[in-house]
Amino acid sequence: MRRGPSLFNLASLGLGLTFLYAPIVLLVVYSFNDSRLVTVWGGFSLRWYGELMHNEQLLASVWMTVRIAALSATVATLLGTLAAVALTRGGRFPGRTIFSGAVYAPLVTPEVILGLSLLLLFVAVGAPRGFWTVSAAHTTLTLCYVTVVVQARLASFDRSLEEAAQDLGCPPWRAFLLVTLPNIAPAVAAAWMLAFTLSLDDLVIASFTSGPGATTLPMRIYSAVRLGVTPEINAISTLLIGLVATGVIAAYLIQTRGVRRASR
Amino acid sequence: MSAQHRDRSRAAAIAPFLWLGLFFLFPFLLVLRLSLSDIALAVPPYAPQLDLSAGVDGVREFLAALDFETYGRLGGDRLYLAAYLSSMRIAAISTGILLLIGYPIAYAMVRCPPAARRALVLAVILPFWTSFLIRIYAWIAILKPAGLLNAALGAVGVAPLNLLNAALGAVGLAPLNLLNTEAAVHIGLVYAYLPFMVLPLYAVLERQPAELLEAAADLGCTPVQAFWRVTFPMSLPGVAAGALLCFIPMVGEFVVPDLLGGSQTLMLGKVIWTEFFANRDWPTASAVAVALIVTLIVPLTLFQRQQQRLLEGGR
Repeated sequence: MRRGPSLFNLASLGLGLTFLYAPIVLLVVYSFNDSRLVTVWGGFSLRWYGELMHNEQLLASVWMTVRIAALSATVATLLGTLAAVALTRGGRFPGRTIFSGAVYAPLVTPEVILGLSLLLLFVAVGAPRGFWTVSAAHTTLTLCYVTVVVQARLASFDRSLEEAAQDLGCPPWRAFLLVTLPNIAPAVAAAWMLAFTLSLDDLVIASFTSGPGATTLPMRIYSAVRLGVTPEINAISTLLIGLVATGVIAAYLIQTRGVRRASR
Repeated sequence: MSAQHRDRSRAAAIAPFLWLGLFFLFPFLLVLRLSLSDIALAVPPYAPQLDLSAGVDGVREFLAALDFETYGRLGGDRLYLAAYLSSMRIAAISTGILLLIGYPIAYAMVRCPPAARRALVLAVILPFWTSFLIRIYAWIAILKPAGLLNAALGAVGVAPLNLLNAALGAVGLAPLNLLNTEAAVHIGLVYAYLPFMVLPLYAVLERQPAELLEAAADLGCTPVQAFWRVTFPMSLPGVAAGALLCFIPMVGEFVVPDLLGGSQTLMLGKVIWTEFFANRDWPTASAVAVALIVTLIVPLTLFQRQQQRLLEGGR
């Protein structure tokens, strides 16, 4: 039997979580600060949120960012799921090492390198930089995350269910669509969410591959941050954090329900 | 598994492979080529150009025109060497700190009851989902001279920083300021990468059968001995995975050293960014990128193996 957590364990958990959450909590709290100064509490106010609503440039970049994230997450989920199927079920095929290398490497490759190399590609083929180039770049970045998430689920999926469907006369692709896909759907949905938020967050790759007229939200936040800490950035950050946290917790609940159903 | 089945699964690799070939592998060749171009002509289109219609002669001409001038300059300039070394040093130190902080957290998570464990995993992942940029930005407000850290210290009446600053001022030194120092970079890196360290550690620790510790206890091990002789050695794959997952991207990190490190902190990611956006020197930026990739190839390969074993083990 495992012993329960000791005092030392509880202390490390407490300190660890405080370290992770304190800066975020402070940021959120100070977004409601009426004073412009970071360290002076001037009373509760929503004025910075009100000012955001009138910032047309900012709203335009939010819309641009969301569109890029939705498109790139969708393409990455399609390609990443295919890659996961090939890696879990393809056995040893020629070129497998290069393939899995290309799939996992973007996970850890520094973003400046991904950004620079993609920019050179777009310059070489003469693609006008903007919405499409950032979307393609983000698809490349997020594809590997999708593969890892889906692969973990596929590996634990009982293959015999699909084989049973085929024994009963179901063509393989239909068996995949009707039996396997519904089973891995929670993982695929979670992977899409992950890809979406990664794209939403990315500053470095977007800066390299974007052009005039396609400024994303992180690019706007970055140029504002360079000029100093302002309550407006706190407000937009709080909105983003709230949005993402809601999405992640929802995805978590969906996934745990899916796992429970699958194990029943 | 039937051979026919496997073939069909392999066919699924075609589309993602084409995508990654075009958008991931091929662009690396472009970076390599650009790093060998002439600096003077370093505006698109870059010289030399590969003229494939000229056949073998075209290739030979292209190869003859490549030069290593950019690399020569990189080797000769102290700045680049210093940036390279400090990137390695900063990433290595931060990885060490991450291990020291991450291991107790992962270990404590495993000791909790299963229901609490799931919630704790979510709690550790959640900050990773919220914007990297925003999380680093949050630290600026804490670390800056008139920031929240100093305000908090002052509020408790301790004000060690103020005392220290007064002392420093008395001997004619600049007041201590955490923002724009290497210490701030370490804080930012550890903060941003903590989930990447905790989760692989948690994954290996969670799979360890509890019976092993019982057996160790039966054989006369104290809990501390059991930890160092059983738990820790068995968790080494997780330690390796976490260390690689953090170290590799940290070497090329841009946002943290740029926002928290100020102008004195040199790191390769920042050098590439500056060469590219400020100096518009694309060949130099590419050469630095190539140097970075070459350095990271060994850890990348190790990471690769780890991933394969982790996700495809027992197949």
